[in-house]
Amino acid sequence: MRFLFKTDYDDDIRLLPHSGYVYSYGLLLAVLLIAPHVLSSYLMSQLVFVCIYATVGVGLLILTGFTGQASLGHAAFLAIGAYTAAYLQQFDVPFPVYFLAAGLLTGVVGALVGFPALRLQGIYLVIATISFAFIVEEILARWESVTHGNEGMRVKTMQLLGTSVSRDSPTFYYLCLAVLVLTIIGTLNLLRSPTGRAFVAIRDSETAARSMGINVSLYKVKSFAISAAITGFAGVLFAHKLSFISPEMFTLQLSIEFIIVILIGGTFSLHGAVLGAIFLVMIDPFLTYLKDDMPGVIAGVAAAFGAGKERAGHIQDAVAAFASANGLKGAIYGIIIVVFVLFEPLGLYGRWLKIKLFFQLFPLYKRATFKRQKIYVKSERNR
Amino acid sequence: MLDFVQQLVSGIALGCVYGLIALGFVLVYKATEVVNFAQGDLMMLGGFFAFTFIGMLGLNYWVGFAGAVAAMALFGMLAERVVVRPILGYPQFSIIMATIGLGYFLRSVSGIIWGTDDFKIETPFSQGVLRIGSLVLAYDKLSVIAATIILCTLLYLFFNRTTLGTAMRASSENMLAAYYMGIPVKRVVSIVWAISAAVAACAGVLLAPITFIHSNVGLVLGLKAFPAAVLGGFGSIPGAVVGGVLIGVIESMAGFYLPQGWKDVAPYIVLLAVLLLKPEGLFGLHVRKKV
Repeated sequence: MRFLFKTDYDDDIRLLPHSGYVYSYGLLLAVLLIAPHVLSSYLMSQLVFVCIYATVGVGLLILTGFTGQASLGHAAFLAIGAYTAAYLQQFDVPFPVYFLAAGLLTGVVGALVGFPALRLQGIYLVIATISFAFIVEEILARWESVTHGNEGMRVKTMQLLGTSVSRDSPTFYYLCLAVLVLTIIGTLNLLRSPTGRAFVAIRDSETAARSMGINVSLYKVKSFAISAAITGFAGVLFAHKLSFISPEMFTLQLSIEFIIVILIGGTFSLHGAVLGAIFLVMIDPFLTYLKDDMPGVIAGVAAAFGAGKERAGHIQDAVAAFASANGLKGAIYGIIIVVFVLFEPLGLYGRWLKIKLFFQLFPLYKRATFKRQKIYVKSERNR
Repeated sequence: MLDFVQQLVSGIALGCVYGLIALGFVLVYKATEVVNFAQGDLMMLGGFFAFTFIGMLGLNYWVGFAGAVAAMALFGMLAERVVVRPILGYPQFSIIMATIGLGYFLRSVSGIIWGTDDFKIETPFSQGVLRIGSLVLAYDKLSVIAATIILCTLLYLFFNRTTLGTAMRASSENMLAAYYMGIPVKRVVSIVWAISAAVAACAGVLLAPITFIHSNVGLVLGLKAFPAAVLGGFGSIPGAVVGGVLIGVIESMAGFYLPQGWKDVAPYIVLLAVLLLKPEGLFGLHVRKKV
């Protein structure tokens, strides 16, 4: 085991506490950089979605994970970013300009949403953000002179530095990856700054934060704005990746997916956003695999265990029928959410930490280290 | 003028639908401070149970109705035992997510079992209209209004006058203290879920002739009933019905007098406005936190 001897505050807030971090993240970055030359185009496409979802996840983590303000309206921020890009693109605005403009506009909208949200707590905040998302969705469908309503908008191929970057090219992947990495580094820096510590203080106890002299309203609005702006940046990439956007893409369902990303990944660390995004995006290929290959595999196993050829055939048909049932995806989603909330509240990153600690402390690991304390919340009405 | 009154009446009828579902939200919240996002889906499941009993097994309407309510009460207890009890006492957000997950699960499983078609139940209220002057009101809508009033009164009395109701309120305010006072908190929570699932089943069966039953009906109506509950102040039973009626009337008026598209957004705009002025809803309790 390694002991870090910290002698001053700078040691404590270092982004890379020791050389192990440099090697492992360097290795990860190298793998990600050579990925386009190794993986199939379908997997590359999924990887781009992982980057976009992870960027949104980081944005949502700032608001929900670190400031403690729940939001089920992030699809609306994504939509604003995407539509800003699509709209400005019509006037031949270069990519860097509309990319920044989209983030800026979304940030301003986020701040505007943050103001009414100041007085709201818990469930009221959730419903307020849902309402906001519905209103945005309806505006997108009705403001036809700008958004083309339900017909949707076509997004042209990105022009970057005089070359056109198609949505399936490695360059586009590198761009998404760069945005994600920059967002993560920026957020890490934010979180070790006074602003970030104020966010965490507000999450842990608003009353305590206020009594320590933190301007709670100001920081909540800041958190909303930053979170929205990051989501807006992701929205631009999202629009380019899909190359076509319409209002029904940005529904409550998508907001819930973003929440699932951070919930499954773990809400206490930025690793969670990335792990959650990988999990959520890779569910689709996995389910397709389940649908196509599982029946044969299970029948093969059944045959190996002595089932007759006819029985095996029946089993194969039954499994195939089950796997292709309409809406199986929804059931699996539901089960995954419930299982994570019940058994893995710290998410995938929490599981990773547990495994890591198990080997570091072997054979002294004890389960109680990560046991959740029942807190028996008193009525939130009296907060 | 007549148009206005007709819109008002149909708005109230629609609002009672929302109010009926919102009652279920409020019940669970009032007793356990948990928001059950799967409430609409419990309603949908109740409708499907009733369809199975009445439409497929050919039982009498009232027997099927009672059967569906009883089955849903049991199902509510089961759902509480499996999904909610293990995380009782943890922050609200995890429970919200768990119930969202439960909703996903119920929607797609019922889609797999009963298919994705629209179903209809033959009820005694299916045909006929009530005419008062030149006002027209269909019996099926009238049945919803009547049921909403009856259930709201019963539940209000139950919460405020009976020992069990008092125990529920106590356990919502402070679970640990309630337990020390000898209240079997776990059983109380379980009963609340049974009641709220039963209310949801009532809503599902009564709505069957109006909205039909399909696997997404719960999501659609639940998303309208939820603002209703919030508008009324989440912990108040009469508030849920008032909120529901308000939302229904606003929707119906906006659909009639405003240009197309306002109908769906107007309730949410009003909701945001109310939350700005009164963050606890119209009938919510405002209690300062003591440090």
